[in-house]
Order: sequence, then structure tokens, then C-alpha cells
Amino acid sequence: MWNELLSTLQDANTQWVLFGSILLGIASGVLGSFALLRKQSLIGDAMAHAALPGICLAFLLYGTKSIGWFLVGAALSGLLATYFIQVIINHSRIKEDTAIGLVLSVFFGFGIVLLTKIAQSKNGNQSGLDDFIFGQAASLVGSDVKVISGVAIVLLIITFLLFKELKLFTFDRQFAKGIGLPTGFINALLMTLIVSAVVIGLQAVGVILMAAMLITPAIAARYWTNRLDRMVIVAGTIGALSGILGTILSSMASNLPTGPVIVVAATLIFVISLVFAPNRGLVSKGLRLYRIRKRVARETVLQTMYDLAEEASLSNQSMLFSREQLITRRRMANRMLNKNLRLLNREGLLNQSGGEWGLTETGAKEAYEVTFNNRLFEIYTMYEMRFAYLQLAANDAWEYDEIPSDTLKELMELMATHEHTPQLDPAHFAKGEKYYFANMESKGINKRKREVKSS
Amino acid sequence: MNPVNVSNVTVAYDRKPVLQEITFDMPEGKLIGVVGPNGAGKSTLIKAILGLIPTASGNVEIYGKSYKSQRKLVGYVPQRGSVDWDFPTNALDVVLMGRYGHIGWFRRPGKKDTAIALQALDKVGMKEYANRQISQLSGGQQQRVFLARALAQDATVYFMDEPFVGVDAATEKAIISLLNELKAQGKTVLVVHHDLQTVKEYFDWTLLLNKRKIALGPTEEVFTIDNLQKTYGGRLSFLDTQVDASHVVQS
Repeated sequence: MWNELLSTLQDANTQWVLFGSILLGIASGVLGSFALLRKQSLIGDAMAHAALPGICLAFLLYGTKSIGWFLVGAALSGLLATYFIQVIINHSRIKEDTAIGLVLSVFFGFGIVLLTKIAQSKNGNQSGLDDFIFGQAASLVGSDVKVISGVAIVLLIITFLLFKELKLFTFDRQFAKGIGLPTGFINALLMTLIVSAVVIGLQAVGVILMAAMLITPAIAARYWTNRLDRMVIVAGTIGALSGILGTILSSMASNLPTGPVIVVAATLIFVISLVFAPNRGLVSKGLRLYRIRKRVARETVLQTMYDLAEEASLSNQSMLFSREQLITRRRMANRMLNKNLRLLNREGLLNQSGGEWGLTETGAKEAYEVTFNNRLFEIYTMYEMRFAYLQLAANDAWEYDEIPSDTLKELMELMATHEHTPQLDPAHFAKGEKYYFANMESKGINKRKREVKSS
Repeated sequence: MNPVNVSNVTVAYDRKPVLQEITFDMPEGKLIGVVGPNGAGKSTLIKAILGLIPTASGNVEIYGKSYKSQRKLVGYVPQRGSVDWDFPTNALDVVLMGRYGHIGWFRRPGKKDTAIALQALDKVGMKEYANRQISQLSGGQQQRVFLARALAQDATVYFMDEPFVGVDAATEKAIISLLNELKAQGKTVLVVHHDLQTVKEYFDWTLLLNKRKIALGPTEEVFTIDNLQKTYGGRLSFLDTQVDASHVVQS
């Protein structure tokens, strides 16, 4: 197999084709990013399908296969299709997706009719037009590759030079217009760039799958980064990789069309991104959710133990609690409670005697911390307006030791007013003694003065 | 010279006029609130002034010249909902967009632009969030990023489209202090506003609008029950209490 691969790569024509499909992959990845962010994924599909009749008409008019005229024909009929889509949207109640579906199928159907007619004519066999359906990179000859590469390079240079303008236009069209960008011109330019990227890919990837070539690398890249410049680079790279893979595989196996192989390769990279990308990937999201659930469950058990202990200390009851008491105090799933009791027991935070559970000294300290933190957060949410200057974003974690000391003091005063202050001193109550805090004016837990109420 | 002269501006969609023959001059160095019922054309007025939508007739001058030649003097804060906040970019990058008009074609923002953008973020209390992805900001923080972008435009006249809608208390305070700072610098600000209770508190001047200009002038003169009745028509049962409430807030 390796020998086969090597001999394929040494072939001069394959090298040309490979070069062409790399540039093609980069160009479609880069421009696909803009198409995706403008929510125009379907437009790419429409333009690719609509290009077919243009290519066929170019062949009928010019008489032989010519990549240059094919590109012109494809671009013209692609733009005509986009124009029809706009007309339908503007002058009827039909929505964009329906208009795209309508125009796409009519153009493609017309293209297939022309293609069949060409195949039945005398020079139809050498036309190579069938390759435009699914794409055949191997059918590219040197001059084709030169045209494709030339166009791809021009597209990339324009995108690089106007990156700032294209970015602003894609993000906020109104603002762009407000500061004087000619938005009509930029819109037409971006549309032309996207059409060109579609058109140069038609012979290698085919009209049916060209849209996937445009969108798949871009959507995969979106998983890896939160910056447009990086997204464009990553999308270009993914496009290039898919191009390489598709070209090599389809040149090694005879009659294997390139388009599907390129698209399968790009889709594979997309699936990997979907699952494994940091932050946005499924694995990363799942792990995050798992950690949060674990932490919440653990804190719930600890805080419930503390709440119960606090109540019990008022009435001189035992500081050991049954599972039923815990569940009655705060509703929890049985399995979750059992699991966390076992875990906390193993960590030395809880001890068990006769089916009842109590906090150990370390457990009491941690339970106090958790309770203090959570109750302080309750107070914060009650007075959110007053503490708005803290600027907590909705998904920031709440940790009381990150709050400025003045604010903490104010929050603790409010907590005392609402009789929400955790009253049990963790250092003592675990031993069965019942101590109360009083005087909550000082800051740190350890510095706080205590007033001892013996039981 | 007045920063903005609007003369005889009419905007119509499908022959139905949205704004009818609006004529007014914006006085320099004032905070001007635009109020009116839903569909009164408040946002449309800003868009017409900025040339974002075609006007059926009329003319807008910024410091006596056409808007096109005076673009750099104008800052714009669009409605927050007008963009996709999942766009791959961070807060600093959005604020830098305010510099694009000054940078010109092909060139990238330089160190000076970044410094200005960071300063603008600092002014709205968002400096720590410069590198945060914009989808991870709260609604109020996103609004402040938009304000910072307008500040980075370094303009003398500002147009803000409903900056107070759906924001938290911190953002509301930040916007108010920012408006007052702009005023202290002699800049002119026109703000589309929806909350009648705060009009007297926030704005020196008020423009009452309902497809036509109802009144424009110092708030204490034009923000009257009579004018509000003309603006809001029959939907007034609640107005008396609201206007009274704003007196209470003031005192």
C-alpha cells in the first residue's frame, strides 16, 4: 500500500492535482467561514447546483472543454440563481429556504437535461462533463490546475487585504454602513468571492457536494477557536487536509470520485472537532457538567448536615442524623445521597454510627465553609441591585473569599439581619459541644470573636 | 452652529409613512431623550439621520455639512439585538471596530487604536473583560461593549438606540455617568429611550415623537401631561401616575 502511495505521489500529474486541491481547500475553508457566519450556508449549495446548466451551456456554445469558459458559465448561472432567489423572496410570501430549494432544483434539473443531451451528441463522450456531478480531481489537467490555483490565490489575497472590512461587515452591517463602509459593494464582493470559491471547486468536488466543502471545514473550525482570524486559518487548514486526503485516495482507487472522499474526510474532522474540541466539544462539555453535578451533590449533603446540626443544637438533640432526616430536610435522590455519604465518609468528613451520620471535625469545617458561602450567595441574590457593582456575570462561580472585604462585611451584616448567619462554630460542635457565634462584625472566620453558649 | 439639523425628513415603507416631515435642530452639548410609543419611528429617526435607510425626502446636516463628509464626527450605538453575539470575537475586538472609520482601508488597527479601545472599555468598567468572548458577556456587559465601541469612534455627536433596554443596574449607572461625562466634554447625545419615569432625571432636552415631531425642548418645558397626551394618544390612563412618579424620583 505504501509503495502504491509513493508511486502515486511521484506522479507529476498527481502532484499538480494535489497542489490544486490544497489551494482549493484553503480557499473554500476561508470563504466558507464567512458564508457560515453570515448564515448563508444554503446559498453556497444553491450556487453549486445552479452552476451545472451554466457549465453545460458553456460547453454547447464553445464546443470543447475549457475550464475558463466553464468558470464563466458556472459563475453566471450561479449569480442568476441567487438573483432569482432574491426576487422570489422580495416579491412573494415565500421564505428564503423555500426559495432556495425551488431555484436549486429547477437549475439542477435543467442542468441534468442539458448534460443528457450533450452525452448523446457526437463529441459528448470526451466532454468529461459527468465529472462535474461528483467531482474527479484526477481529471484535472495542468491548465485546469493553473486556473483553479490562480483564482484561489486571488481570493485569498483579497480576503487577507480586506479582512478587517469583511469582519465588520459580517458582524454588524448597520454599524459598518454608519462609519461609511460601502456595504452594498462589500456584500457584492463577498458574494462574488463565495461564488468563485464554489465554482473553482466544481470539477474536483462536484456540484452536489461543493457546499459541504464550503461549510464543513468552517463549522469544524468554529469548535476550536473563538476568534475569527484563527477560525479562518483553521478552516483553511482543514479544507487543505481534506483536499489532500480526497485527492490521494481517489487517485489510488480507480473510478472513485473525489468529491465524496473529500467531503467524508472533512466530515471526519468535523466529528472529531464536535466531540473532542476544548470548551465547545461534547466531551469537554460533558466533563464540565459532570464536575458541577458532583460538586453540587457533595455541597448539598454537607450543607444539609450543617443545617440539621444547627437546628439540633438549639434543642439539645443528638448531632447524628439518619438518611431519612437528611432527605426530609432537603430533597435528594436516594442513590446520590448514598454515594455521597460513602464518599464523604471515606474522605473523613463524615462518620457513621448505627445507621446515623455526623460531621467529623474536618467535615464540620468544610460544611461551615459551604454553608457560609451558599447563604451569603442567597443574601447577594436578595440584594443583587445593591451589589451590582460587583459585576458578576451570570455564569461566574460564587466564592466569598474573592469578594472585597467592605462588600463582604456589608453582606454579612445583611445576613445577620435576615438571621441567616451560620451559628455553629465548626471547631467545637463536631465533638458534641454546642457553641454559637455571635458578634459578626470582624472579617475572617478564624478572626471572628466567638461567644460561647454552653449546652 | 448646531451639531445636527434635520429638515423635512420623511421615511416611508410601502407608501405608509413611518416618519412625517421631521424638522428639528439639535442643540450643542445637550443630552436629548427621544420618547414615543412603540412604532413611533424612534429608531427609524436615528437610522434616517445616519443614512442607514433610504429617506423619501428631507435633508440632514452635521455641523452644516452633509453627513457623508462629517462621518468621523458621529458615533453610533445600535440596538444590542441587531447582531449575533455568538460571533467569534472578543470584547476588545468589537471596540476596535469603532476605530475602523479612522484607520481606513487595508490597514490593521495599531497600538494607538488598541490603547484607545482599552481606554474606552475602562470608561464603561469593562477593562477586565477585554479578552472575553462576547457570547460569554451578560446583556448589560454587551451593551457596554457597544458603548465603548462608540466612544472609540471619538465623535462629537452620538446616537444611541435604546441603550437602557434590558440592562442590569450596574450598566444603567455606567451609561448615566458616561452620558454625563460626554455632556461635560461638550458632546451632543441623542438617546432613544423607552422609560418615561426616568426621562426627567436623565435628559436635559426631550424630543417627543409619534411619526411626527410633537415637541422638542428643555425637558421641564416640553415633558408635560399635555404633550405626552398628544404623543401617546388614548393610551394615557397610566401616564398621570408615571409622570407624577418621575417628580417623586426627582425630589
